[in-house]
Amino acid sequence: MTACPLPLPAGDRVLLGHGSGGKLSADLLRDVFLAAFRNPVLARLDDQAIVSINGLRLAFTTDSFVVKPLFFPGGDIGSLAVHGTVNDLAMGGAQPLYLSAAFIIEEGLPISVLRRVVASLQEAAAGAGVTVVTGDTKVVEKGSGDGLFINTTGLGVVADTVRLSADQARPGDRVLLSGPIGDHGIAILAQREGLEFEGSIASDSAPLHTLVAAMLAASRDIRCLRDPTRGGLSSTLNEFAAQAQVGIEIDERAIPVREAVRGACELLGLDPLYVANEGKLVAVVAPGAAERVLAAMRGHPLGREAALIGTVTAVHPRLVTMRTVVGPTRIVDMLSGDQLPRIC
Amino acid sequence: MKYIDEYRDEHLVQALAAQIARKITRSWSLMEICGGQTHTIMRYGLDELLPEGIRLVHGPGCPVCVTPLETVDQAIAIASLPGVTFVSYGDMLRVPGTSLDLLRVKADGGDVRMVYSPMEALKLARARPDRKVVFFGIGFETTAPANAMAVWQARRENLDHFSMLASHVLVPPAIRLLLGGPHNQVQGFIAPGHVCTIMGYRQYEAISRDFHVPIVVGGFEPVDLLEAVFMLVAQLEEGRAEVENQYVRSVSYEGNLPAQRLVESVFEVSDRKWRGMGVIPQSGLRLREEFAAYDAERVFPASHLTVAEPPECISADVLQGLKRPTECPVFGGRCTPENPMGALMVSAEGACAAYYRYRRHSAQSAKQKGAA
Repeated sequence: MTACPLPLPAGDRVLLGHGSGGKLSADLLRDVFLAAFRNPVLARLDDQAIVSINGLRLAFTTDSFVVKPLFFPGGDIGSLAVHGTVNDLAMGGAQPLYLSAAFIIEEGLPISVLRRVVASLQEAAAGAGVTVVTGDTKVVEKGSGDGLFINTTGLGVVADTVRLSADQARPGDRVLLSGPIGDHGIAILAQREGLEFEGSIASDSAPLHTLVAAMLAASRDIRCLRDPTRGGLSSTLNEFAAQAQVGIEIDERAIPVREAVRGACELLGLDPLYVANEGKLVAVVAPGAAERVLAAMRGHPLGREAALIGTVTAVHPRLVTMRTVVGPTRIVDMLSGDQLPRIC
Repeated sequence: MKYIDEYRDEHLVQALAAQIARKITRSWSLMEICGGQTHTIMRYGLDELLPEGIRLVHGPGCPVCVTPLETVDQAIAIASLPGVTFVSYGDMLRVPGTSLDLLRVKADGGDVRMVYSPMEALKLARARPDRKVVFFGIGFETTAPANAMAVWQARRENLDHFSMLASHVLVPPAIRLLLGGPHNQVQGFIAPGHVCTIMGYRQYEAISRDFHVPIVVGGFEPVDLLEAVFMLVAQLEEGRAEVENQYVRSVSYEGNLPAQRLVESVFEVSDRKWRGMGVIPQSGLRLREEFAAYDAERVFPASHLTVAEPPECISADVLQGLKRPTECPVFGGRCTPENPMGALMVSAEGACAAYYRYRRHSAQSAKQKGAA
């Protein structure tokens, strides 16, 4: 008996890969959510919505945190829930002000764990200068959650002069990265899988709004900012290229990656370009402003290792390419789903 | 990073490319066997550095790619059974079978886990005596020792609820098949460094002699691969056909003898179907009779369904160096890494997937040039 393989029906069911920040996530967003909620603010597809109320420009964003394990080197789900949302506001050039925090708790979670997370969340909020002003708790049956999920929503104000959006990138613009990539993803993976690597790897989880403020003070010619979280640097660059209909060329030698992260990636067959970050940003800036902005970044504690990594081009719209360490150029694609380790 | 950066040195790579260009007087077709080597070539764009006379043909050495569709279907059927915990290396999870893939089995409630080593599957089996734990043991000679160890250990500990769905293939019979083919164009081989780390390169001497073909055992970094290409070109230009070892920092003539003994005690050589190539005699490993209780193929009844590949797929021609992935009518259109139609698109190490992922722009511009 013979059968022919049919292409799998796309989108008949949600897969874990739909949450990876790659192509599957983009498809889900387009086909399900954008189709339903169609409106011009959402259509900008930035990390935050910017809406005007009586002349006041408000940045508004929400994010859910489902990290496992709850505690990891460099942070925990509480601090991450603050930094993630603060950063989504900051990428719009906003001054973050208020947060909501909603806790979905699985039956059986030790209260002591919850206390630790809440204390960490509060400490992170205070550190970032934001106040948690509203919240919610729900408890779900054992087995219906994974210990603890947190959702935070953030509210901030944006100065009238600031206009940052992914579709602003123009050919000739420069691409800046605030520091080494891959720390968060590898720290989580190592903790979750019980892998030990030479040299400790801690998450880079950090609030980036003061770094953004320093950059905006250095120049108004910043086109757009984004923090390369899930899906990594490659997803962020591909999003910029798609939204602005431009090409982006980066230089592999210019992209900072810590030795320990490189080692872990070599061992596991992962590419740091696709590994998540929680305290880094990518900026597209006008060519004339690149040096000033880069200097401002390097003058800030969270941007000390900032680097100029590439250029925006008109040559191959919607495509990100990279000059490799040995010279030739290749594509940097957006992954379909999660990055899976290779066999050998 | 030590032991890495020196093998990715731009000046050394450029110097080797220039050395190759000075050496060749005519064109040569060379095959790198291993998918890891194909991946390095495409990821760094090494083929663009080589003189025009060097044609690189991408070999069948990606274990995910050559795993037959029937085996993928069997894995999916077993993983869908109640009471089964199905354990696999990550990149096998996304390979589509006839109607599903393992990730979808997981989404449907199947207990499918990803691990980095078969020992983790064994650990799961120890922790869950109430589940039938099945490990998807695929790969070349490289992964065979670890997989053999898992089965050997399971028997020693009487973990009778552990079994392995083994789909192991061997490199030398595939090289012989390619060389004996009526349309063979490959004139020299880069042998897979990791396979030879285990097996040594003694086996390749007979192939080199029988077919009068040079074989160089090569590593996986840019400098390794260009050095291996140079060694092959030197042999071809000088009319030599020998086995040489470029990857001396890892490979010895005899290989890892204890690992070989372990593999031999658990597995026996058998005929095996390769996706994209068909059945190759004596090209696979199956569990020996005394380990039958740990052989998922025997523990779980199979459907014996033969699955036909889509007729458009040119994987077989690509593997023989007769065509390039970009010459396929469905490449990048109906056949993409999201919806792979054939063997070489299913894993990142397959030639088609590597072209798609790293070279789409040059393929597009080549097509445009061709059209103009």
